Amino acid sequence: MAPVAPRSGDAIFASVERVNAELFTLTYGAIVRQLLTDLEEVEEVNKQLDQMGYNIGIRLIDEFLAKSNVSRCVDFKETAEVIAKVGFKMFLGVTASVTNWDADGMSCSLILEDNPLVDFVELPDTCQGLYYCNILSGVIRGALEMVSMKTEVTWVRDMLRGDDAFELQVKLLKQVSEEYPYKDDEYSEV
Amino acid sequence: MIGAGKIKQYTNVLDKPLSKGKQEVSLSAFAFLFSELVQYNQTQVDNIAELERRLEDAGYAVGARVLELLCHRDKGNRRETRLLGILSFVHSTVWKVLFGKVADSLEKGTEHEDEYMISEKELLVNRFISIPKDMGTFNCGAFVAGIVRGVLDGAGFPAVVTAHFVPVEGQQRPRTTILIKFAEEVLQREARLG
Repeated sequence: MAPVAPRSGDAIFASVERVNAELFTLTYGAIVRQLLTDLEEVEEVNKQLDQMGYNIGIRLIDEFLAKSNVSRCVDFKETAEVIAKVGFKMFLGVTASVTNWDADGMSCSLILEDNPLVDFVELPDTCQGLYYCNILSGVIRGALEMVSMKTEVTWVRDMLRGDDAFELQVKLLKQVSEEYPYKDDEYSEV
Repeated sequence: MIGAGKIKQYTNVLDKPLSKGKQEVSLSAFAFLFSELVQYNQTQVDNIAELERRLEDAGYAVGARVLELLCHRDKGNRRETRLLGILSFVHSTVWKVLFGKVADSLEKGTEHEDEYMISEKELLVNRFISIPKDMGTFNCGAFVAGIVRGVLDGAGFPAVVTAHFVPVEGQQRPRTTILIKFAEEVLQREARLG
């Protein structure tokens, strides 16, 4: 028998402590503004946001696994569903939908219609190359890397650039097998 | 395109209806984001004073926007013009919207006429943060001090706002006090208004 059934995203979100989404939105805006002032290059800001997201993702996965009780995902399809329905709901309070599976099940799209990060935001003409929500792609990449999946996450559609939804493409590059860092006699590089 | 009629596309962000402010995200999402903000700023500075200033600047931007949003949405485009009015606006309305509760206390300074203090047992932003000994009196509440300064400045009450830890007996973690020191012109105006 399965030990504890996985909890639905709504149930977990109702049980965690929550804060006003506007504080979150405004704080994120302040971060992006600081980065733009410091780095000036839009590409650099994109990279920095992705890096910050990665740092968050590698720690977020622990909390996610602890609170959600999901069992090991059988395949990448299940992983994507879990991220969209449970992960996003648990942290951001919104659900995403999974579509556009490619033929071998290695890449899919996560579609977000509602995104708390972009309330009140408009991209000025000087920042047209900016992926404002790039932190999300870093978070997903970091979290999945901690569970042995190397992925590549890119933005396909961005509402701030005039599209009608936010679409993230998540591509599984490879599944890294779990290795113990120390072997008996030799010290092998991971 | 499926669902083309579902979401109305607004070409101008100012045409979008304003949200009611009831949407929530998890506390851990905010805590992660705030920790990244602090970590990023740590790489950009050499000393603690600079770090506090940068956090405060980040908070200032939040405060300015919070003032506009709340005045428009909750106060029907009216803004406080009296000192006590704006202080209680910060202490109750702003705190309630941002942190879910009113601030623990609002006090007037005894030594100086222009000092007021808002205290909080545990600031939301400080909840998951521990300060290493070698950082001395650094307080991430500088972010909240920046928010308060942003609100006051936007409302026409220029002030110097700082965050301090105040140890409390019987409590393991110290209380945080936001110290507000108003500029001279504010007190003069207040005296004139009677």
